[in-house]
Amino acid sequence: MSVAYDTEHPIPMPPILWDNMGFWEGIKRHELVFQKCKQCGAWLHPPRPACPKCRSFEKEWAPSKGRGTIYSWVTYRNSPHHSFKAPYSVVLVKLDEGVRLVSNMTGVKPEEIYIGMPVEVVFDDISENLTLPKFRKAV
Amino acid sequence: MSVMRSIKNKAAIVGIGISNFSRDSRRTELYLACQTIKAALDDAGLTPGDIDGLVKQTDDASDEHAITSSMGMGNLTYFGESRWGAAPSAMVMRAAMGVAAGVANYIVVYRSVNGSSKRRMIPSMRSSGQMSTADLLQWTFNAPFGHMSEAGRAAMIVRRYMYEFGIDGDQFGWVPVVCREHGAKNPNSMYYKKPITMNDYHKSEMVVEPFRRLDYYEEADAAAALVITTAERAQDLKQKPAYILGAAQSMVTDTEALNSYYRKNISALPEMAQVGKKIFSMAGVTIKDIDCAQLDDAYGPFVPMQLEALGFCGKGEGADFCREGKRIRLGADLPVNTSGGSLGEGHIHGMNHVIEAVRQIRGTSTAQVKDARLVLVASGAGGPASGLILGGK
Repeated sequence: MSVAYDTEHPIPMPPILWDNMGFWEGIKRHELVFQKCKQCGAWLHPPRPACPKCRSFEKEWAPSKGRGTIYSWVTYRNSPHHSFKAPYSVVLVKLDEGVRLVSNMTGVKPEEIYIGMPVEVVFDDISENLTLPKFRKAV
Repeated sequence: MSVMRSIKNKAAIVGIGISNFSRDSRRTELYLACQTIKAALDDAGLTPGDIDGLVKQTDDASDEHAITSSMGMGNLTYFGESRWGAAPSAMVMRAAMGVAAGVANYIVVYRSVNGSSKRRMIPSMRSSGQMSTADLLQWTFNAPFGHMSEAGRAAMIVRRYMYEFGIDGDQFGWVPVVCREHGAKNPNSMYYKKPITMNDYHKSEMVVEPFRRLDYYEEADAAAALVITTAERAQDLKQKPAYILGAAQSMVTDTEALNSYYRKNISALPEMAQVGKKIFSMAGVTIKDIDCAQLDDAYGPFVPMQLEALGFCGKGEGADFCREGKRIRLGADLPVNTSGGSLGEGHIHGMNHVIEAVRQIRGTSTAQVKDARLVLVASGAGGPASGLILGGK
């Protein structure tokens, strides 16, 4: 089971800023990329102007293997927005690179989700303008 | 040259005003603000002409100049603001700093919001041009996945906390049960004479798992105001002063408003821990000296987490501390949220917690702790935080 959308109401678009543009450009071409500090090598998410560990402004967009585990999750039994049909779950995935990402699961019922569940990224082309990184149970 | 090392004992809360809590005030927020400020001034024995400083909550719709003009305040020399659920204690700190530094003599701190009748704006309803950078970043990575309610964002942290310490979600029910027990005694509460049982909690609807409806606040229309002046001036006014012995704010790397998902450990409240350290050392007291605590209960499960952060119990022991209310209800070693707080009195973004702390010091609470001398207030759980220790002397 995945998130069911009410097509009458579009999903709120992620506001794209210069600081996070690389992330969404990656998603568009089905590539999960995160900011990586060129100086100390730290993986950074959410993207920011500088590395909070070494304060360097030199960063690159580095590809993630897209594998990780569920770190936490919630299930919305009431929908806070017209476009999302409850129930649906929102997961916080801990990628193997160490960064965490808020996302949704695909092909998994809310009651099947557990902390530590191995997952891998998939790309959901929702519309011409929006692709979202989601996760499925990893084998 | 003399240097002011600390604002300990330099300022006091000398006036309090609070409206009723309703689902539809049928008044503007400005009207509610003015009416409540008037009540706080009457309580202190002051007039609007005495007021030369204002501190507002950043999101408050009632601007300083609207208040000044409506109330006929003739000469404002200081105005400032504080943000988030962390605002109430921080606003008091800001006012205490203002009077201690001598930039103003009598400062009003206020908050007024028609949270129920005029739905508070969620970011989706704002244009991106009006959002702050941090809000935009947060929205970018939350909204497209439907992660849009504050309760949902808080619940994500709480789920991890439950996992790490093996806490059964049912244990969180003791927080609303005790808050409602206290609120049931308070005629100003939305829940006056309406206590709940654990059975009610278990039957309460799962809104965003693991949160039930009773785990978090209901929106309300309400306003609250405080008057703060120097410790010397306080002695000449009508009420027994509530002296500010400790006051602090905290923010650290990776603090996000109800969204601190990206730091090493998300199942603790490091900002509140920092606030605790600072207010205890500033006031020169320990947890044993605290007679009651007014904690941020906008999200009930953050109460045990605050008890841990502030050092009232060990890590992972907060839920047990709240179990059956034995340690947190009136008469116990640490009565918590004696007016009812957000869950048991009403939600005015934590301002009623400060007002209740003042009542405890005065001895006028509807759930009075016998001989309460020191009261702790915590504002802002799950993000930027602030806190106070108030004392009668």
